Amino acid sequence: MRHLLSTRDLTRDDAIGILDVAEDMADVASRSVPKLPTLRGRTVVNLFFEDSTRTRISFEAAAKRLSADVINFAAKGSSVSKGESLKDTAQTLAAMGVDAVVMRHPASGAPNVLASSDWVDAGVINAGDGTHEHPTQALLDAFTIRRRLHGDASRGKDLDGTSVTIVGDILHSRVARSNVWLLATLGARVHLVAPGTLMPVAIDGWPATTGHDLDEAIDAAPDVVMMLRIQAERMQDAFFPNAREYSRQWGLDDERLARLGAGSIVMHPGPMNRGLEISANAADSPRSTVREQVANGVSVRMAVLYLLLASDREALLK
Amino acid sequence: MNQRLHVRGATLPGGSTADILIENGTITGLGRSLDSSGATSIDADGLIALPGLVDLHTHLREPGFEQSETVLTGSRAAAAGGFTAVHAMANTSPVADTAGVVEQVQALGRAAGYVTVRPVGAVTVGLAGERLAEIGAMARSRAQVRVFSDDGKCVWDALLMRRALEYVKTFDGVVAQHAQEPRLTLDAQMNEGALSSELGLAGWPAVAEEAIIARDVLIAEHVGARVHICHVSTAGAVDVVRWAKARGIAVTAEVTPHHLLLTEDLIRGYDARFKVNPPLRSDDDVRALRAGLADGTIDIVATDHAPHPLEAKEAEWSAAAFGMVGLESALSVVQASVVDSGELGWADVARVLSAAPAAIGRLDGYAQGIAVGAPANLTLYDASATRTFAPEHLSGKSINSPYFGRELPGRVVATIHEGRQTVIDGELVAAEEFADRGTHEVARG
Amino acid sequence: MTARTVLQSSDITRALTRISHEILESNHGGSDLVILGIPTRGAVLAERIASILDSIEPGSGQVGTLDVTMYRDDLGRNPTRTPRPTRIPSGGIDGKTVVLVDDVLYSGRTIRAALDALGDLGRPRAVRLAVLVDRGHRELPIRADFVGKNLPSSAAERVNVRVREVDGEEHVSIETPSPSEGQAR
Repeated sequence: MRHLLSTRDLTRDDAIGILDVAEDMADVASRSVPKLPTLRGRTVVNLFFEDSTRTRISFEAAAKRLSADVINFAAKGSSVSKGESLKDTAQTLAAMGVDAVVMRHPASGAPNVLASSDWVDAGVINAGDGTHEHPTQALLDAFTIRRRLHGDASRGKDLDGTSVTIVGDILHSRVARSNVWLLATLGARVHLVAPGTLMPVAIDGWPATTGHDLDEAIDAAPDVVMMLRIQAERMQDAFFPNAREYSRQWGLDDERLARLGAGSIVMHPGPMNRGLEISANAADSPRSTVREQVANGVSVRMAVLYLLLASDREALLK
Repeated sequence: MNQRLHVRGATLPGGSTADILIENGTITGLGRSLDSSGATSIDADGLIALPGLVDLHTHLREPGFEQSETVLTGSRAAAAGGFTAVHAMANTSPVADTAGVVEQVQALGRAAGYVTVRPVGAVTVGLAGERLAEIGAMARSRAQVRVFSDDGKCVWDALLMRRALEYVKTFDGVVAQHAQEPRLTLDAQMNEGALSSELGLAGWPAVAEEAIIARDVLIAEHVGARVHICHVSTAGAVDVVRWAKARGIAVTAEVTPHHLLLTEDLIRGYDARFKVNPPLRSDDDVRALRAGLADGTIDIVATDHAPHPLEAKEAEWSAAAFGMVGLESALSVVQASVVDSGELGWADVARVLSAAPAAIGRLDGYAQGIAVGAPANLTLYDASATRTFAPEHLSGKSINSPYFGRELPGRVVATIHEGRQTVIDGELVAAEEFADRGTHEVARG
Repeated sequence: MTARTVLQSSDITRALTRISHEILESNHGGSDLVILGIPTRGAVLAERIASILDSIEPGSGQVGTLDVTMYRDDLGRNPTRTPRPTRIPSGGIDGKTVVLVDDVLYSGRTIRAALDALGDLGRPRAVRLAVLVDRGHRELPIRADFVGKNLPSSAAERVNVRVREVDGEEHVSIETPSPSEGQAR
């Protein structure tokens, strides 16, 4: 693996391979010394052009558990605000000698631009770009679903036949995009629910079904309900009238929670707006995987860093 | 100093072969057995002779953005592409919204000497879309501006558009509208459709273009003015223009070479060389644009040559500038997209790239094409050549071309502007050759 | 390339049986023994040794696997290796005698990685090493305590261990490159 930019690029074998390595990484976390020497001497830079403490510390923990050196470069509010371009920043990092760039950027495709440039020859991991993709989030979601379904027997398993309903601001959600490609690749049946304003246009080509009615989607008894964060500024831009109406139509409230099937799980990529897209009871119920998702995030990111860095880069570059 | 040129054996747009004799800036002979004594001979065997190309839509960036292009470098790019006249859009700094700025641009063009530079005047002061610019002063200035446009921005206020259309009638001018409903294209980054949804880039819906065109043709009909639509890019827009023309509305429309050849699929890698306004559209749109050009719905091809410095394109997609350079590649791209496919003949090319844009811009000397008595503006083109397009094929200051690495047909071999060669054997004539330009003036109406 | 079989299936079984007896003897019985195989074939051999131990002294065959991929010092020089699971018997390894089992002992780097991996898992009382084949050419100061067969080889040769559970066939062979192949490499 040269870069991880999009889950669309992953085959089923690739995806299962990453999840299986993540299983091994998860085992490490439970040991007396939860650390591996694997990436000793390698440098990973967290290049964040947009604030995201949660994602950054998850990658940082992952890199450190693999003994990599970590540089945190919060480009927002530093060089970039002084007019320094992505190119300048990348070349600065290249001069320092980094092996992997974990990149968060408000512009869709910015990691693709970095990866296809000759500014830096490090591997690039997309840690969320604009409204495009967030591949490691999707991988950790898939990992979490697989663990809930198969427990310790997860290795090698796909998600054939699992039904996943993703609810909320699909239009602006990089989590939704990455999940649609990945979950479908793994064999899951994906259903998207959103108001018409927050559903992307012309998505008949996506490997997912779509609808506008959350109650109907819940009555279909999905194995997984994934609630997306709704951002307050969408109201100003007339995507929906107000929080109360959104919550009533597309929020996972207590009544909808109660109607979910016995084995079904509730996911949220965080941070949650309790009371808006998800009720406090839903967020804290045993169905909720929110905290597992955080823990699994570290394992999955360790796996990705390992697969990106512990291979023969010279050969990959040829 | 006036050259006597004898072009031998050129294939005319209609298909016949003829010699062309040029004296004192005018075509004085067309046919066989011309008296060519003392004339510089140009072998045009196997070459197509087209009337000098006229571009209704370029951005020469001067004054204000000289790091991207100047009138001189843009003129050189134009000549290299076979153009003898270009219209320079008003979005300079300062904006070309006064007689002073347009006269300056025209003078710079005259000093450069490669092509006739016709300034376009802004419709509104500072392109701000609030108050009419001094359209009359620009029309009556030495620059004799006839095309007015806020290009880069849409004249979105319907009342202001109505007033502009009515007002320019006084001066036999035309408003060239950049049709882009601003609210429907808030933060828009690429054509709205399946690909924009996948790539997570804010969509630029076709309706944002079509709604403005529909509105403006109806206003033009109501006030009895002519209106020109810049860079039509969608199938729906072609339909609207076709409907308006059938209704007898005085609308003209242009399409860019890149919208005739390139589609949005190129954006997949987020390479900002393909970022342009209006955006690259779908395959269906490209097909409709070609058909519209072939059936006359779309009147002209104009390049929308939009130079940008490297750093404006070496950036993440949403931060990168809109625009592509297009003067040097225009004829090749037209050949590749509509000539080689059989949709247009060379006589059609002469119409859409010379006579028709000159007529819209009220530029004299191009109505007859290649004819005895017409000013000697001529392009000799080798349609059988092919080249892998590369930066060395560009003559302007910027290299933001979307065609690098692409095999393109054809090559401009010679350009003759007002009887003087600006391109010889595919090479630009040095600028010093035009140093005495001030003494050589062709009478113009 | 010419291949020469040096151990048949029956030779392998005999060697493992002998090793098992030697382990019990050196450990003074089967208590506090943990047999850890290094995937892939070392894990298979460890399972077999454990079952022999169990048949000699019931309850003595605590067995697991120890993956050393993440501890290798040649990562980045080879195509990405997929790690295999590490499984430690429920009693853990603290205070136990751990016998590492691998198929071939060569440079010693795998065993170095295994010792590092063990260190992160706990603190055994002692660590021993059992290998089916020792082919020499050590690059580190490591030696095996229990050896199925010493097989002096040249660095140009390849030692192939095949076991039924993984390969569907069972033998140990040496491949010697013919002179022309040697040139090509």
